[in-house]
Amino acid sequence: MSALATSAATTRTHEATPHATSTGLSNVKLAVWAFLASECLLFGALISTYLLYRGRSIVGPYPHQIYDIPYTSVSSFVLLMSSLTMVLALAAVQRGDTRRMRVWLLATALLGMTFVGGQAYEFTSFVRQGLTLHTNLFGSSFFVLTGFHGAHVTIGIVMLLSLFGLSLRGKLGPENAETVELIGLYWHFVDVVWIVIFTVVYLIPS
Amino acid sequence: MAIVEREPIAEATLVETAAPSAAALRRPHATTGAWSWFTTIDHKKIGILYGATAFVFFIVGGLEALLIRLQLARPNGHVLSAEAYNQIFTMHGLTMIFLVVMPLSNGFANYIVPLQIGARDVAFPRLNAFGYWVFVIGGLFLYSSFLLGGAPNGGWFNYAPLSAHQFAPGHNIDFYVLGIQILGIASLTSAVNLIVTIINMRAPGMSFMRMPVFTWMTLVVNFLLLFAMPVIAVALVLLTFDRLFGTNFFNVSAGGDPLLWQHLFWLFGHPEVYILILPAMGVVSEVLPVFSRKPLFGYPFVVFSGIAIGFMGWGVWAHHMFAAGLGPVATSGFAISTMLIAVPTGVKIFNWLATIAGGSVRAKTPFLMAVGFVTMFVIGGLSGVTHSIVPADTQQTDTYYIVAHFHYVLFGGSMFGLFAGFYYWWPKVFGYSLNDRIGKVQFWLMLIGFNATFGPMHILGLQGMPRRIYRYAPGMGWSTWNFIETIGAFIIAFSVFLFIVNVWRSKRAQVAAGDDPWDARTLEWATSSPPPPYNFAEIPVVHSRDDLWRRKYVEDEDGKVMPVPPVASTEEDQEAGEVHVHMPSPSYFPLVAALGLPIIGYGLIYHLIWVDVIGLLVLLTGVYAWALEPPTEPEVEIEAHGEPDHPDGDGEPEPVPALTAGGTEGGSE
Ligand code: HEM
Ligand SMILES: [Cu+2]
Repeated sequence: MSALATSAATTRTHEATPHATSTGLSNVKLAVWAFLASECLLFGALISTYLLYRGRSIVGPYPHQIYDIPYTSVSSFVLLMSSLTMVLALAAVQRGDTRRMRVWLLATALLGMTFVGGQAYEFTSFVRQGLTLHTNLFGSSFFVLTGFHGAHVTIGIVMLLSLFGLSLRGKLGPENAETVELIGLYWHFVDVVWIVIFTVVYLIPS
Repeated sequence: MAIVEREPIAEATLVETAAPSAAALRRPHATTGAWSWFTTIDHKKIGILYGATAFVFFIVGGLEALLIRLQLARPNGHVLSAEAYNQIFTMHGLTMIFLVVMPLSNGFANYIVPLQIGARDVAFPRLNAFGYWVFVIGGLFLYSSFLLGGAPNGGWFNYAPLSAHQFAPGHNIDFYVLGIQILGIASLTSAVNLIVTIINMRAPGMSFMRMPVFTWMTLVVNFLLLFAMPVIAVALVLLTFDRLFGTNFFNVSAGGDPLLWQHLFWLFGHPEVYILILPAMGVVSEVLPVFSRKPLFGYPFVVFSGIAIGFMGWGVWAHHMFAAGLGPVATSGFAISTMLIAVPTGVKIFNWLATIAGGSVRAKTPFLMAVGFVTMFVIGGLSGVTHSIVPADTQQTDTYYIVAHFHYVLFGGSMFGLFAGFYYWWPKVFGYSLNDRIGKVQFWLMLIGFNATFGPMHILGLQGMPRRIYRYAPGMGWSTWNFIETIGAFIIAFSVFLFIVNVWRSKRAQVAAGDDPWDARTLEWATSSPPPPYNFAEIPVVHSRDDLWRRKYVEDEDGKVMPVPPVASTEEDQEAGEVHVHMPSPSYFPLVAALGLPIIGYGLIYHLIWVDVIGLLVLLTGVYAWALEPPTEPEVEIEAHGEPDHPDGDGEPEPVPALTAGGTEGGSE
């Protein structure tokens, strides 16, 4: 689902009378942190399942036969770069530099799309080499884990594009910096999860 | 899933000048009338909705239980076929856990927690409504399986690979995996919401160690939900993929591990049992002090043992798998951790007893129910400890002894506790009390019926009667006890019927309760009954634990409790000025978004991609429209007249504060 800015109108209300929370953190920020904590267990359980089934497939193809580590490394690098552009987008919106913010938001979304596109290509090439969801335990656990992550990236892209759309309609100013920050938080989280998945799934030999 | 909302509550006396929203639909304004229940985002109304819906499910689940008991009343029963029996006991368990105890607890949390911490609403009112609608819709989705070829039939823990497609080819289990997934989304959203509410929206001075115990236990429960729901979500996703898309997670012939489901399920499942019991413990910790007219004995111990249970609950799951053959080391480890978790539980019991001891007890219905909770829960806890002894458990597991255990903790515990909550908070929520005399009769009948039903199950279990059998032969020596159990079940049913009668009669009698009928201790009793939409005209400032009590009573030098002497100049306070409170406006979109989920579910079950696409579109429409509409429609304003502490002697229900629309009436453009 998507995290979007509320309209400028309410934010002005908010700004006019800053409502003190008990911790000083805003409610939304706390909520996003809580949600990401929950996501940790989601990915934790998926990664554990992958680890449990590592090396237990009865028939091939096996990981070392089809992984293309250099290729995946490049797309991982692309995803990591998108965290950088996300930071730049946030800095821009905090400065009130709407033009740069749009550029960086779009760049982040495009880098994300490159990653997802790369994943789609990788999946098809694996399927062509005979690895599907049904083939063996490796296929099942690989596609479900990385597919879940890909879905998270996709949701992130949708949110980034929504921000971009809001900004085109003039509804994303410095007073919405927190919304950008929180979507950024989600984006970085998804990146960090990818680092773990990339290490566990691709780099550590089974 | 992160749905970003601003804090809904603008400060009082704010004059709104902002631009109106560009929502596609005209924003609903009504806060009364039938339709307003569909669009409400008031935590109190949502709390009532949770309670009412869960109670309906309680009756449905209860009828299922009666069917089970009718089938087992005599040997070789012929009320239900084997297949029907499997569906009925599975749906009974799922209903009572996911559609009764969890949402009832959540209903109390929704209604009471913001009042107890002195907040005007929860942190995310629309997310709150979304959680409620997802719960209702998830429940209906689950029940629609009866019409669509058969309900889930694999027990509430639905062990895979037995529930994999190969062994369970019908759609029954599909409804399980997707229905529970939908209900999990409801729990997760409401967990995020309540955690933020409790951490972030406490009134000034309401430090953590001044928080009422019910609020504390709600906080712990919602952290448990936050971390347990994703685990069951993954288990369900894996099984869904196995069943619908042919993956191999539970396919043993492809190397799949038959214990994977059990581990994931119980890693969720044991925290889940604390999710089911801690709210009731919270209720009891509120009720006992009020009716003993003493502060809760050892408040910090009760709080910290609640937190300890929350942590330790993660380290005991494999005690549900002692018979699975995990090996001696794992088994012993989990046996020890299970014995240890009984310690914080025992601490609470002694605190409750010490609270009652020496108090001036008023044995009203809430108190009786709470005492019922303590005594029955002790029995259930002790049988739990006997399960932790592995050699004994190998004998007990999968017998009626287990059924006895979890009914003593879930019915004797949770349900008695929640009934205490009904009787205790009813006057606050509806402005009139439930009849105490009928309440007492209900209590005694329920206690007798409960023990007649579940007490003999200990004996039957130890005699070897397995759980989940639909028939037994006459010569087993089980017939008498089974017959007594069925009678007991009907006594319980009658006691629940009495409760309904009580609600109906009390509603007709409308004996006004007043703001603080029990002479209670916590802030929810500091506002009117029922509270106004904005809860408190002025946010209270908290000076101590049991703040309301401290406002009413002082102790003299000998420690004797006396009422606070009236202050001469209260006249001025009484005429507190007009308060303008901006409350978040009602909204359609949580309901719209929630409607997308079951559509996706049906699409998945019947492999209809276009249905999935429609569901997704509905979901996205709801979410986007929701995100783009402002939480508070600028021109709607509620006018309140702050009248602190007015006695409600004349029996008139509180008038509903007028809703005034500044500017053009109802216009949203
Ligand atoms: C003193 C605390 C408790 C201890 C030591 C304990 C111990 C256990 C053990 C060892 C089992 C597994 C028995 C078996 O299947 O062989 C069990 C089952 C169960 N317990 Fe508890 N328990 C405790 C409290 C609770 C509470 C508070 C609840 C819920 C409110 C609860 C609900 C259940 C349920 C539902 C099952 C059966 C699960 C199933 O097989 O379907 N228990 N308990
Ligand atoms: Cu357990």
